[in-house]
Amino acid sequence: MNANVRRLARSALLILAFLSALPLLGATAKAQDISAAMAKFTADSYSDTVAAIGEVASSGHPRAAAIVQAIQDGKLEFDTASKTVAIRTATGVVDAATGDALATPPAGLTPVRANNRVRSVLAAALGSLTLMSPNPAKRLEAAEAVFKSRDQGALATIEAALAKESEARVRSAFEAARAAIVLHKADAGEDARLAAAAVLKARGDQDAVATLRGLPSDTPKRVKDTAETAAKAIETSLAMWASVQNAVYGVSLGSVLLLAAIGLAITFGVMGIINMAHGEMVMLGAYTTFVVQEVIRTHAPGLFDWSLAIAIPLAFLVSGAVGVVLERGIIRFLYGRPLETLLATWGVSLVLQQTVRSIFGANNREVGAPSWMSGSFELGNITMTWGRLWIVVFALAVFVGLILILKKTPAGLQMRAVTQNRAMASAMGIRTPFVDALTFGLGCGIAGIAGVALSQIDNVSPNLGQSYIIDSFMVVVFGGVGNLWGTLVGALTLGVVNKFLEPFAGAVLGKILVLVFIILFIQKRPRGLFALKGRAVES
Amino acid sequence: MIGYFLKNGLDARVRLALVVILAIAVLVPASNLLLPESSPFHVPTYLVTLFGKYATYAVLALALDLVWGYCGILSLGHGAFFALGGYAMGMYLMRQIGTRGVYGDPVLPDFMVFLNWKELPWYWYGFDHFAFAMIMVVLVPGILAFVFGWFAFRSRVTGVYLSIITQALTYALLLAFFRNDMGFGGNNGLTDFKDILGFNVQADGTRAALFALSCLLVALGLVLAAAIVNSKLGKVLVAIRDAESRTRFIGYRVATYKTFVFTVSAMLAGLAGALYVPQVGIINPSEFSPANSIEAVIWVAVGGRGTLVGAVVGAVAVNWGKTWFTGVLPSFWLFALGGLFVLVTLFLPKGIVGTWSEWRAKRKATPPSDAAPAPAE
Repeated sequence: MNANVRRLARSALLILAFLSALPLLGATAKAQDISAAMAKFTADSYSDTVAAIGEVASSGHPRAAAIVQAIQDGKLEFDTASKTVAIRTATGVVDAATGDALATPPAGLTPVRANNRVRSVLAAALGSLTLMSPNPAKRLEAAEAVFKSRDQGALATIEAALAKESEARVRSAFEAARAAIVLHKADAGEDARLAAAAVLKARGDQDAVATLRGLPSDTPKRVKDTAETAAKAIETSLAMWASVQNAVYGVSLGSVLLLAAIGLAITFGVMGIINMAHGEMVMLGAYTTFVVQEVIRTHAPGLFDWSLAIAIPLAFLVSGAVGVVLERGIIRFLYGRPLETLLATWGVSLVLQQTVRSIFGANNREVGAPSWMSGSFELGNITMTWGRLWIVVFALAVFVGLILILKKTPAGLQMRAVTQNRAMASAMGIRTPFVDALTFGLGCGIAGIAGVALSQIDNVSPNLGQSYIIDSFMVVVFGGVGNLWGTLVGALTLGVVNKFLEPFAGAVLGKILVLVFIILFIQKRPRGLFALKGRAVES
Repeated sequence: MIGYFLKNGLDARVRLALVVILAIAVLVPASNLLLPESSPFHVPTYLVTLFGKYATYAVLALALDLVWGYCGILSLGHGAFFALGGYAMGMYLMRQIGTRGVYGDPVLPDFMVFLNWKELPWYWYGFDHFAFAMIMVVLVPGILAFVFGWFAFRSRVTGVYLSIITQALTYALLLAFFRNDMGFGGNNGLTDFKDILGFNVQADGTRAALFALSCLLVALGLVLAAAIVNSKLGKVLVAIRDAESRTRFIGYRVATYKTFVFTVSAMLAGLAGALYVPQVGIINPSEFSPANSIEAVIWVAVGGRGTLVGAVVGAVAVNWGKTWFTGVLPSFWLFALGGLFVLVTLFLPKGIVGTWSEWRAKRKATPPSDAAPAPAE
């Protein structure tokens, strides 16, 4: 009931707004005759020229745009003796007011001169005249220009253009521009101005706020208050969109962290191995993508859109194989000595980096994006690239896949058995060394898969892994060691917190704050957000 | 009492090392300054500076050995304390430039003029006094280590977790010092030093003196560390390293002991950094990079964890290797360093000095009194 009344009132206001605009339309119709203006061009004085341009532009005459454009181009010429105003074209001379060709142009034709004042008037006139342009993009642009300038003289043209406009997007831009003018028009009548404020509120962006706030001090109180309320409402909704955007970007960053950390959640979280070469496994995955794309580019360009799909299993195999070799060759001798493991794997990471640098060079390598990952889309007020969206999807898919492997397959059962109670698992006939190698290989392989995704958003260089290793450890430690769900929550939390801090603190300081926060957090909960309970903690 | 301690409190290995270090501290500058360049025993100035750099690294390794070797705290962020000491010294040296900078501003260092700063930030006050700067060299790393240790050890963050958050600490500092508005020269750091206490930092005499000071610092650090580990407190530290819970149950305040030794170690590292900066002539945020701190760990591991002398030997040996490799086969240095990490942890867990002691002990078939306590996890 109440809403209906309000809707009725709003329509009434709109109708009033139209009615109040009608006399202006009438004025336009009467001003179709531009001969008086044309006469002014022949006076050869700047102030007359300025007045003439104003009259022509607001006349709504079909030749108005052509005339104004001609002055801009220096093609409008006049002859004082015969009172002729003409436009010089490539083929000859045409009458400015009618557009008819002049068979015998007067000999004394000279161009209409322009100074800075004339040029500025010209620009404004052209702006309102392009409102009539047949090209919708041009009309939209012109409408935005009028919206920003709030040029009172353009009102008539806007009204005329609005009446003819059929495209919804341009139409709403026209309406906003008209509202901006009406709102600032001192003699427009209070109701019309209130209606204008409502239209601006519906537009709902930062420019609308500026227009609503920019009212002169002599505005009636009712209009000013309404405008202020509208501006506040817009700001609230803008702030909300900013939060939504932070959250979405935060989830995007969180998914990147999740991808980088999820392999570590297995090797460090489940097995307890400090693998400082984890970042290098990610890097190997990224380079595998690079190699796959190079091969496709040279041998089968048609397959390029499939390059990532091909790279994923290969990256898993490459990083996984390196992981198995690492486990069998080094780490298995160091079980129970975590600090030594840390040092040895750090050494391995140096060797891997230098190997890649020797093979591929120290520079960044170009990894292309398949067509379905490039470009972006809009969601409300937020712009998101397809690549980022796919990475979110991919990270979640990898996460779910990993949970399924660990919880639903016999291999996963064995992995969990060995990590929980090695001696018992061995007694039950599980080949524990084999399972160790398998688990470590799985963790490293997943890091390789992460490298395929990260190659899309980061520079593929030998240092790629180093930039992720500290973040990955932070995520795993924060989420709680030995708990995959903790890693998920940890990654998303850190991503979102980071993005919310960025507007206040800047990217670098935000990151520092997050690091300090984690350092303090570990003091409070040394075993992370979701700590394991029971006997597993003791080991 | 001090004389008695030096005679009886130190074991033979540390005494030998002290003699060697002090001999070097005298002989190298003497040969650089007194002998003519044609003499085969003349040590060129660049080598003096290089050895001086090694000496400061040796002090850093010593500091690390004190916490890792004797208390089981594997700090992956000791480079941060080293760099903080270096920055304190760098700030003093920056203030000494005076009007000789590019912009000739009597108060503001060049980078501040460049950034359009109008006055000196408050935390730069006092750094034109050498004594104040020297206090800061020790105090800033000390306070950071104390606060960090206070929180970390009290909440019983141990082992790998502690290692990872020390790494996060130095990483956070790295990011912070990269920022221009921190007022520490951002990316470029502090450089272009002119003189220290009125002496030109480029002059041969200053360099020789800095070298001798660095060697003296190694000796002092060695004596200090030996005093700590041979005292009753040192025995408690070893107990904490080997069985933290048991030590706590016996009634020792583990957190207090750990905080103490961590703070002392950080101050020592800060001093090392302060001597490092005038010799290399620059300090920038890359000194905070986690890789540097981990490299310091490998010096200790190579030399022998928990042997003190081993840390010195390891730091000098690895850095000499680095200088040699980067001169001859630059691309192989990372292979060598990485291989060193792997091989030492796998085959030489006691390091050079520890392995040598063991071998000698076996040959004598009687256990020497100064056998290093075997580091255990």
